[in-house]
Amino acid sequence: MVASAVAGFGRTTLGLVGEMGRMMVFLISTVAWMVRPPFRFLQVLKQIHFIGVKSLFVIVLTGAFTGMVLGLQGYYSLRKFGAEGWLGSAVALSIIRELGPVLSALMVTGRAGSAMTAEIGIMRITEQIDALDTMAVNPMQYLIAPKVLASVLIMPMLCSIFDLIGIYGGYLVGVELLGVSSGAYTSSMESSVEWKDVYGGFLKAISFGVIVSWVCTYKGYNTTMSAEGLGTATTEAVVLSSVLILIWDYFVTSVLM
Amino acid sequence: MKTPLGQEFAATKAAGAASTPVIRLRGVEKTLGGQPVLQGVNLDVPRGKVTTVIGKSGGGKSVLLKHMIGLLKPDRGQVLVDEVDITRLGSHELNEVRKKFAMLFQSAALFDSLNVFENVAFPLREKTKMKEAEIERKVLEMLEAVGLTGMGHKFPAELSGGMRKRAGLARALVMGPEIILFDEPTTGLDPLLARTINDLIVETQRKFGFTAVMVSHEIPEIFGISDYVAMLLDGVIVEMAPSEEFQRTRHPAVREFIAVGPRPEVVTSGESRRPGTHA
Repeated sequence: MVASAVAGFGRTTLGLVGEMGRMMVFLISTVAWMVRPPFRFLQVLKQIHFIGVKSLFVIVLTGAFTGMVLGLQGYYSLRKFGAEGWLGSAVALSIIRELGPVLSALMVTGRAGSAMTAEIGIMRITEQIDALDTMAVNPMQYLIAPKVLASVLIMPMLCSIFDLIGIYGGYLVGVELLGVSSGAYTSSMESSVEWKDVYGGFLKAISFGVIVSWVCTYKGYNTTMSAEGLGTATTEAVVLSSVLILIWDYFVTSVLM
Repeated sequence: MKTPLGQEFAATKAAGAASTPVIRLRGVEKTLGGQPVLQGVNLDVPRGKVTTVIGKSGGGKSVLLKHMIGLLKPDRGQVLVDEVDITRLGSHELNEVRKKFAMLFQSAALFDSLNVFENVAFPLREKTKMKEAEIERKVLEMLEAVGLTGMGHKFPAELSGGMRKRAGLARALVMGPEIILFDEPTTGLDPLLARTINDLIVETQRKFGFTAVMVSHEIPEIFGISDYVAMLLDGVIVEMAPSEEFQRTRHPAVREFIAVGPRPEVVTSGESRRPGTHA
């Protein structure tokens, strides 16, 4: 009984270590193919459009409501100490340092990451990836590298849009609805937000871009040859990306503190 | 490892009957998911001929085909293309060898995001420095050769099964490959469409002179279109011979397999089809 439990634990651990190794090899291979010619600018642009432009609506929506709810919560918390004037600082720091990068990455995972897994998975199942191979076109270079590169380029931009909209959402609720002074809101923000907060947020956004595209393309590329397998791969991609984003966020935050 | 006595002999006999084999498989073994699929395959594919590998569904025919183009690597054994063992090549060298090949997949494997014209133009745009006007001329020529004139703007999702196969064939032909691998090209098509596709393969093979390797279980249709037929059984090639000779085989398992032809009602005269319909 104990022996079989230990054996089961060992098998699971070995399986996990093996999977982590394969994922790392996949990432290294992607980066290697990214820097080898021919460079596929058109593919990267298409992916920027797919991951970035098509995610704009959901980013704007979540950014606005995140800022608005922060405005509400911040106002009622700060009012207890008579510090409503610091609302701008509270909203801006929360969004720029934490919520902007994390929530925009989670939104991109849900919208574009799952679609990446499904697209590549279907290409695997219908032998389109094999067809690329037979035409001597490397699928890592043609399919995967542009997605990862586009994610890395576009995530900081989406994050900054989220930040701006979020801060304006907080302003709308705090200043226009709850009567906080407009000058206090902006000056508190100006005095407390430092450059390292901004680049820290961008650094997170870039690394989240790697995580989302890496995990989602890996899961699609290695899907099993069935509709059920593709469904499982898509679910795993979204769950694993989201969890890794939150775990990685903690470590990056602790280093940047 | 199973090594039937007739196997080497059959391969050698076939090779002797034609010119130098373009593809040679030697003792190829492959296990997938713990299941031995190929158990020591020896096969010589004659140059410039149509060779068909028959066998049971799920018997490893597609796996065999994927070994020939290096999509799968054998656990043991050699895959020689023009005497170069492709199992030992790196990705760059393998890609060079793959330029000799094209493959028509079971599902045609057209790229969903590209229309028929772009699908056929894809290898030209990726692998040549042809000008766009030249690419357009070549693609239109290929579409005409497979009977898809005027269909270039359609996307794969808008095509019937037969049209997809035709488009796949046009894409396979466009680079003028020396070898084309056909993975069950008529699966999922009705008998008349299957015959049309088979005729198209033979017609294009005669026109362009490539070596064709086909896997199929369309008995007896394949005898009419193949120069050589080989049978894969339990992971090994148990028989390979020129088509007519193959039909007179004394191998009991092969005789049993090829004796089970399609039911009479399946081979229709096409009366139910509307005149003028095509794949």
